[in-house]
Amino acid sequence: MNPRVLTQADQIAIVTRRRLSDKVFRAILIFGGTTSFFVLLAIFLYLVQRSAPVLREFGLGFATNSIWYSGDGFPASQGSSDPANFGLFPMAYGTLLVALIAMVIAVPISVMLALGISYYMPKRVSAAVTFIVDLAASIPSVVFGLWGLFILVPHARYWAQLLNRYLDWIPIFDVTFPSFDQSPFVAGLVLALMITPIVTSISREIFSQTPLELIQGAYALGATRAAMIRNIVLPFGRGGVVGGAMLGLGRAMGETVAVFFVLQLFYDQTNWFRILESQGGNVASLIVARYGEATEFELAGLFGAGLVLFILTLGANLVASSIISRTTKKKRVSKK
Amino acid sequence: MIDKVEIQKPWREQSPKRVATAISPALIPILVASILVKTTGLDGKLGFVFSWVLASTVTIVIWPVVIKKRASRGDLFMQTSVVFAGGIFLGAVAWLFQSVLAPGLRAFRFSLLVKDAATVGVDTPLDQGGLLHAILGSLVIVGLATLISVPFGILAALYITEVRGRLVPFTRFFIQAMSGVPSIVAGLFIYAALIVSKVLPFTGLTGSLALAILMLPTVARTAEEVIRLVPDELRYAALALGGTQMRTVLQVVLPSARTGLITATILGIARVAGETAPLLLTAFGSNTTNLNPFSGTMATLPWYIFTQMTLGTENDVARAWVAALVLMVIVAMFFVLARTLGKSKMARR
Repeated sequence: MNPRVLTQADQIAIVTRRRLSDKVFRAILIFGGTTSFFVLLAIFLYLVQRSAPVLREFGLGFATNSIWYSGDGFPASQGSSDPANFGLFPMAYGTLLVALIAMVIAVPISVMLALGISYYMPKRVSAAVTFIVDLAASIPSVVFGLWGLFILVPHARYWAQLLNRYLDWIPIFDVTFPSFDQSPFVAGLVLALMITPIVTSISREIFSQTPLELIQGAYALGATRAAMIRNIVLPFGRGGVVGGAMLGLGRAMGETVAVFFVLQLFYDQTNWFRILESQGGNVASLIVARYGEATEFELAGLFGAGLVLFILTLGANLVASSIISRTTKKKRVSKK
Repeated sequence: MIDKVEIQKPWREQSPKRVATAISPALIPILVASILVKTTGLDGKLGFVFSWVLASTVTIVIWPVVIKKRASRGDLFMQTSVVFAGGIFLGAVAWLFQSVLAPGLRAFRFSLLVKDAATVGVDTPLDQGGLLHAILGSLVIVGLATLISVPFGILAALYITEVRGRLVPFTRFFIQAMSGVPSIVAGLFIYAALIVSKVLPFTGLTGSLALAILMLPTVARTAEEVIRLVPDELRYAALALGGTQMRTVLQVVLPSARTGLITATILGIARVAGETAPLLLTAFGSNTTNLNPFSGTMATLPWYIFTQMTLGTENDVARAWVAALVLMVIVAMFFVLARTLGKSKMARR
């Protein structure tokens, strides 16, 4: 009996033949892979459709005006005597300001803490700290709001008054009226504590992937721990740290209830930089504050606010992923 | 055969002297400040912070002068910064836990866990009614959200790691973008798409859908990372044994990433368990127990905390603290459970 010799054509057929199960499996995976795109598209389209009356009425003014007045519930174009007028600028700017304060506080602490966990603490301590960080990441935002309103605000008032009394020659610590309770500063503190665990755990994960040979090489060359971190760990993990920070930024901008309780909203005035003043803006808080009693036209305005928030956070993510992809590309080149 | 070599991690070794030099620049100013506050005319928080800032400045100026080598100075500065960062974060978290748990425990009564709020009005004393409806509602809504989002999240992760098709960069980009969707926007979307359009009324299901949107990217990203860690050799081996791609993924890749997938699910749950804003717009809330997510509004713990806070009276805020305590305990329990599950699985293998 002659064993059948495989021809080359047979071999190719064996290698390339796709079974039906694989085709079905792939189709299912492709379906799963594209879900996120369709969800995002649906969010965008629905928000545009629902906010269309307001966008048509005010155009670009919706994003640049500083007013939020529902009047008798109808716009001027429908012959209203007490026309509704919506402009989102103070809210949108306030969202950025608060998120920025949170980032300035949280990112340095997170990076240092992540370095500490990966390279400084003894093994048991670092395991315990990692556990605490991950546990802190799961503290619900409404608990932060509760804590911020009843516990943090009285303390923050004291320190804010202090900063204001001695440092009011620095513009950001100046106030126009002496009320310090629900300021962007307090909201920024709460958000900073919220996003620190997120940024920390992502940075830590990236740092722990630093190739061991490089670290050992640096030590073999006589580097101190700080020199090793500066020259090996940080360049290696830069993209990841920026990515984690941007993730934190997105979370900070979209955070709702924690900020809702610790920030006083001013609809018709922009608080440019006085971070200690009890006056700020936040798109997400605006939606929670107004949606309960909104007329149909104002509801369209709130959908518009949601759309603006959606675009803001999407923009932050876009910037983040472009930075990350650029740094990782650079890393790949330098590795060769 | 190559002998097994233990991997050297010299940076893990800490002599007591190193620890002392690392911690002292952070501790000395605190000590000096406390002594000054106790012994001199300075007092209160202001006095403490003033003398602390002064002492820190002096220490930071003097410390490097004591150390002769330049490299060591940099090293020491880094160590001090790490100690500071850790101290600030751990201190803040400890303060948060302490100040949430204390009033929660003070107001805690066992009856609060087994009764719902059907008979509770504004400022009702704490021995009447409870928050059972909110606990059960939270479990149902988050559970349903998990059932919806975890399969999609793992599918998306598998698409990125296993199919490796042309759409991979786009998929990753959109998952990244979706992780940035604010919770309130997810709620608004479900509100606009289902509730205002009269497809569904306010139900637990709409709440679950809103939470699933928030959960999906967290699950997908974490799952992608852990599936990526599965060595390609395992895939080659499975394919070489004649497995189809489906069998390779289902019987080799997913089981070896199981621990990580559990972590991904738990991270997703932790991400949404405390979400309030989308539930305000979708599940709406209720004072009675409702276990059916397909009809009627549903209470959840975060919603309960939110409304009790806005009521603002003494007993209502006390109820909010208790609810916060319960919510944190539930979340922590899930978290610890996931950790131990993951660990024991790993040990067995």
